[in-house]
Amino acid sequence: MSILVNKKTKVIVQGITGRDGSFHAEQMKKYGTDVVGGVTPGKGGTKVNGIPVFDSVAEAVLKTKANTSVIYVPPAFAVDAMYEAVDAGISLVVCITEGVPANEMLKAFYYIKSQGARLIGPNCPGIISPELSKVGILPGNICRKGPIGVVSRSGTLTYEAIWALTCANLGQTTCMGIGGDQIIGTNFIDALQMFEEDKATKAVVMIGEIGGTDEEEAAEFFRKKMTKPIVGFIAGRSAPPGKRMGHAGAIISGGTGTAKEKIEALNRVGIPVAASPNEIPGMVKEALDKAKTKAKKAPKKRTVGTKKAAKRKKVTARKTPKKSKAGKAGAKRRK
Amino acid sequence: MKIHEYQAKEIFAEGGIPVPMGRVATTSAEAVQIAEEIGRPVMVKAQVHVGGRGKAGGIQYAENLEAARVWAQKILGMDIKGLKVSKVLITEAADILTESYVGIIIDRATKAPVIMVSPAGGIDIEEVAAKTPEKIFKQAVDPTLGLRSYQARDLASKLYKDIKQVRKAADIIMKLYNVYWKIDASLVEINPLITTPQGEVIAIDAKINIDDNGLYRQKAVAAMRDLDSEDPAEVEAREGDLSFVKLTGNIGCIVNGAGLAMATMDLVKHYGGEPANFLDIGGSSNPQKVLTAMRIILRDPNVRAVLINIFGGITRCDDVANGIVMAYEELKPEVPLVVRLTGTNEDKARKILKAVDLKFGDTLDEVVKKAIKLAEIEYTV
Repeated sequence: MSILVNKKTKVIVQGITGRDGSFHAEQMKKYGTDVVGGVTPGKGGTKVNGIPVFDSVAEAVLKTKANTSVIYVPPAFAVDAMYEAVDAGISLVVCITEGVPANEMLKAFYYIKSQGARLIGPNCPGIISPELSKVGILPGNICRKGPIGVVSRSGTLTYEAIWALTCANLGQTTCMGIGGDQIIGTNFIDALQMFEEDKATKAVVMIGEIGGTDEEEAAEFFRKKMTKPIVGFIAGRSAPPGKRMGHAGAIISGGTGTAKEKIEALNRVGIPVAASPNEIPGMVKEALDKAKTKAKKAPKKRTVGTKKAAKRKKVTARKTPKKSKAGKAGAKRRK
Repeated sequence: MKIHEYQAKEIFAEGGIPVPMGRVATTSAEAVQIAEEIGRPVMVKAQVHVGGRGKAGGIQYAENLEAARVWAQKILGMDIKGLKVSKVLITEAADILTESYVGIIIDRATKAPVIMVSPAGGIDIEEVAAKTPEKIFKQAVDPTLGLRSYQARDLASKLYKDIKQVRKAADIIMKLYNVYWKIDASLVEINPLITTPQGEVIAIDAKINIDDNGLYRQKAVAAMRDLDSEDPAEVEAREGDLSFVKLTGNIGCIVNGAGLAMATMDLVKHYGGEPANFLDIGGSSNPQKVLTAMRIILRDPNVRAVLINIFGGITRCDDVANGIVMAYEELKPEVPLVVRLTGTNEDKARKILKAVDLKFGDTLDEVVKKAIKLAEIEYTV
């Protein structure tokens, strides 16, 4: 099991004829991802590494039944690429591109949501479900299949954490980089919710960094809604304070987004935070053992937990039809 | 990117927001000339990219031309929080009846631009927000609809009782939102927005930060960048497509990826060392970037060891290795280099690096500890 990407994932690569697009299309294919096509306007009918190229996403979807898109186009065209993918019925859009203006992302975020699609990124390494599918630029060779979910705001730091897990024989269900920008399509809470619902995931590693209050909100979500353990890591403990945005930055968030505040918020709800990526596997093992003994020792508690989980399932069940209603415009959206 | 107050006021004026008359001066003679043109008492305001100018003495009232000359002379060259003042704004001094605050910022939590206003504006606005949050009024704007005039009116009515002033302030808020959107700002701020005894509503201060990601399509604003007011090493880094922040420690760090760069610095500190900088060479692996990075770091006399930590994904380790060799030949570093290269083309990289004298490590913790140890050993040239 995994979240978001699996063997049913059919990927088209937007910007496949570019330097990054062509390289990573091939890497994804080598990993075993079902890369069914690419899109570059004006290059339709050609092939890149044996992958057919189309002029538009709509055409690619029509001919290949793609359900997922990965975007490698330059920042000036990235938002348009997102709109095009969503309008063509793509349900999962992964945007690797770095440097998309935040104000453009604000508009795109609400549009994509209103169409019932999901965006990961921008400015992210993508998502991988080991041995099933990889969409993005994460190096596949550092991942192994297993019970840990990984979600991160960073790129290479995520690789570091995944590699530490793999070396300690802790494989992963899915590893996802959600992106380092201010406005991103999928946040920690979305990812945590999916990992909570995924049966194969037994624990989650969450890698945050300074700035914003996403980690604090994730901590609150964990306290209220999660039964699976989380191990945290926060980058930027040593960052000098004072790089801030006028008065408004301090006023708006109520906090200052420092590592200290974030670590305290996580610890307060019972999420241990590693000081080095190398400490993560040990903490994960400990959390898994704790969860096991808890389950054995207190069957009563477990029942409560199951009830809670059942209740939550109901809520999600109620939400689901609502979602599909909202996505009526994209009724043909492929899942 | 930050721009100066005088530049922000130019943008405000273009957007139709009332600002006092004024111009920027780099000498006291120029300052006097501008004050003479204004023909009224003026304010002499230091133009530096830092808050708290007023509290540091960088903003002064000049009753007459002589006072303008004296203050300009004093403020030009002044040091404010480590930044040297090379420009002063000479602007008409206004009669202030009330001071309010108006700001717009992108809010990642609500995923919207949020407009904030407070009738308690001025230099203590952050204290107001912390101690009396009920005096701050916020309005999130649906980015697909834009700011509606009723929302601007509601906000303005939190500032003033007089309907004429409410209308004027609503107009200013509306125009400020348009400016915010048009120039890809990440922050626009008027603090204070004042009323005069004559009933005018004027923005007597202006602050604008631009979203760096929007600069490619904001050529006019991008040209406002003041290289003199930035750290030269940071300018060189930016031009070489690197992100760099200078710190005070003795271990230079070169890392790929911002998150990993921060985590590496954190570990240096965790094991008792002090990082000399934050430096992210980014995703691509041009050897030239490594050379530029090394040049910037080795120029810092505090640096006693350089730690290079690369986790190759898109970045190919052999490219980085070529950069290190280039740096060795060109810069002949006298401090020890500790290197960890892992991931894409790691084996090729090791072969390339046989040519130079380096300390290697396999894990992040290992190289960090090694670098700290080497930096501690008394180092003689």
